[in-house]
Amino acid sequence: MNRHDDNISGVCTPAVGEAGKTGDWTEMKPVIDPAKCTPAVKGKPSCFLCWLYCPEGVVSMTIPVTIDLDYCKGCGICAEECPPNAITMVGKERGRE
Amino acid sequence: MSDVRIITGNEAAALAVTLCEPQVVAAYPITPQTKISELLSEYVERGTLKAEYVRVESEHSALSVLIAASTTGVRTFTATSSNGLLYMHEQLHWAAGSRLPIVMCCVNRGVAAPWSIFNDQQDSMSQRDTGWIQLYCRNNQEIIDTVIQAYRIAEEVYVPVMVCYDGFILSHTMMPVEIPDAAEVRRYLPPYKPHTFLEPERPRTINPVFFPWRRQNADGVLCDGYMEMRRKLQKGLEKARDVIAVASSDYAERFGRDHGGLFWTHRVEDADIILTGMGSIAAEATLAADLLRNEGVRAGVVGIRSYRPFPPGLPAVLRNARLIVVFEKCFSYGYEGGVTSDLKASLYGTGVDAPVIDVIAGLGGRDVKTADLLGAVREAMKSLESGDRACRTVWLNCREEE
Amino acid sequence: MPGAFYWVCLVPLRGMYRWSGIMHEILWHGRGGQGVVLASEVLAEAAYLQGYRGVTSAPTFGPERRGAPLTASTRIDDEPIRTFSQIALADIVIVLDELLFGSVDIGAGLRNGGILIVNSARPPENFRLPDKPAARTASVDAAAIAREFRLTVGGAPVVNTPLLGSLARLWDRISLAGIERGLAFKMPPASAYNNYQAVRRAFEMTVVGDTRHEQT
Repeated sequence: MNRHDDNISGVCTPAVGEAGKTGDWTEMKPVIDPAKCTPAVKGKPSCFLCWLYCPEGVVSMTIPVTIDLDYCKGCGICAEECPPNAITMVGKERGRE
Repeated sequence: MSDVRIITGNEAAALAVTLCEPQVVAAYPITPQTKISELLSEYVERGTLKAEYVRVESEHSALSVLIAASTTGVRTFTATSSNGLLYMHEQLHWAAGSRLPIVMCCVNRGVAAPWSIFNDQQDSMSQRDTGWIQLYCRNNQEIIDTVIQAYRIAEEVYVPVMVCYDGFILSHTMMPVEIPDAAEVRRYLPPYKPHTFLEPERPRTINPVFFPWRRQNADGVLCDGYMEMRRKLQKGLEKARDVIAVASSDYAERFGRDHGGLFWTHRVEDADIILTGMGSIAAEATLAADLLRNEGVRAGVVGIRSYRPFPPGLPAVLRNARLIVVFEKCFSYGYEGGVTSDLKASLYGTGVDAPVIDVIAGLGGRDVKTADLLGAVREAMKSLESGDRACRTVWLNCREEE
Repeated sequence: MPGAFYWVCLVPLRGMYRWSGIMHEILWHGRGGQGVVLASEVLAEAAYLQGYRGVTSAPTFGPERRGAPLTASTRIDDEPIRTFSQIALADIVIVLDELLFGSVDIGAGLRNGGILIVNSARPPENFRLPDKPAARTASVDAAAIAREFRLTVGGAPVVNTPLLGSLARLWDRISLAGIERGLAFKMPPASAYNNYQAVRRAFEMTVVGDTRHEQT
């Protein structure tokens, strides 16, 4: 804690939570339907367009695909890009239930 | 036996760059700088300079390329003049703020409008506050030596350096220049060690948005905000004051030539009439001082080599001055010449209260002869002797408005 | 310390050539493409090799335009040169194209008592400067000499280097040997040899006018 910042130029290292708890900024949350999600259906690494397009890097390239809701800002790009429409944006309260 | 060649200022600069072995060069031609970019591309083509020469479509791109290259940890070079430098303006701030030790030659040329391709120093001096170190040269020998020193200074304090010299007057005039020994230059200039650089194995973001406040990062480190980063830049330039002096004295030890650190002097020991300036006009002023000495006037010259950081040591040299005459090839419109302002400010409260006469000379390439400088000094001395102690600005060899 | 060592070696050499210790200024008039700048550079090289520590060679400052009148200037001094202003009154003026007398005030740049050298087939009396009665005038048919030694570019004779020979004839501070070495610095051996032959011929062929002439 409180180590000195000896960077002389503006540098930051990518780290989980570097920009703070951004997960609570959102109104909507993505929910994945495994019955439609391509990697889950095929059972092998494939598609992952949600991972590719996520501007916050909170989507995992795993089976099943998971989304870190602590940092997801709810932009909806993953839902927009998902070819089989496996991702739906739902209201925050409903998403938590 | 040493290697002396009779070459132009631009050739001296290009040879110095070759000796410093940068890995990336990007430049866009503009009069009177063009010869440097031509020569460097030739050296790269011939293989005597092993660098990537990036052809760009503008000066803005030239410096952008160097910023990117320097961020990957390599030594870089560019050169420009006048409106080309102004076109780089935004990137000048980026380079300094990113603490990238880029070295650039600014071949001083007047700034439009009206259009001019001839020499004055308005271009570089108008970039004073970009955070770059600015060194001015008085002859071609000093150009080759200063470019080499510039890399050492830049890489020690992580501040980019602009080596400025007068367009045509030096860039196109041939004179004898001793070429430093390549092996000795390598010993003088250690390999560049970047403070931080981009590599695929260690991803990082360079220059993200900085907030007005300090903030804690994910590792719990309290990171500096924008203001601390800018303060660090100033600390870099403050450190440069000593580093420039040491770079100069170490160079003198190895190569036998001392051009001064932040400034140089000519016959100032007992001088009470001080002439000062930057670049070739300061060299010309030494002739005026010698002529005044012949008449029994105790005249001397202080040549300012480093405009930024501005030398803090001037009041000590000027303590016996009765009169200070500043020759400037630049003007801060609405006030006075930039060097005059800085010089007056540095004398404030030091007890030196000699009148400072600001002589604006040679704008847009107007010829300045030793006799012109001499005339300006005599005029100033006459005023002083008549009891007039006012500081004033004089436009030399310029038609007076009715 | 190569620098210091170099100057130490040069000191005795300098003594041989040292004379009054004042600066010599040479102004070259020609047209873009005539090699005015190269001639000035060769002269600077020659002077340096003869032991003058201070030499500069400067072109007209500004854009380069083929055929347009231009000048080059050479300064030669015992000490390193600290002035980079335009030459006001040259000790020597060399004119590569006599037609320039019609468009440029050649005499304005010459010190009274200086030397005027003109590339012309006509005798030097044709180039007397009324306001510079003390000037020494000389002429040489450099174009004919250039053709003799096949020094041509695109059919046009190269008159710049021959005029160096005329300079050596009129001004004893610069020797033919110095010019020969200067040429060797600036061009490949075959060209240097050829140019030097033209320099020597010009040295012989230069017609020197009366030192002082009466106005008639």
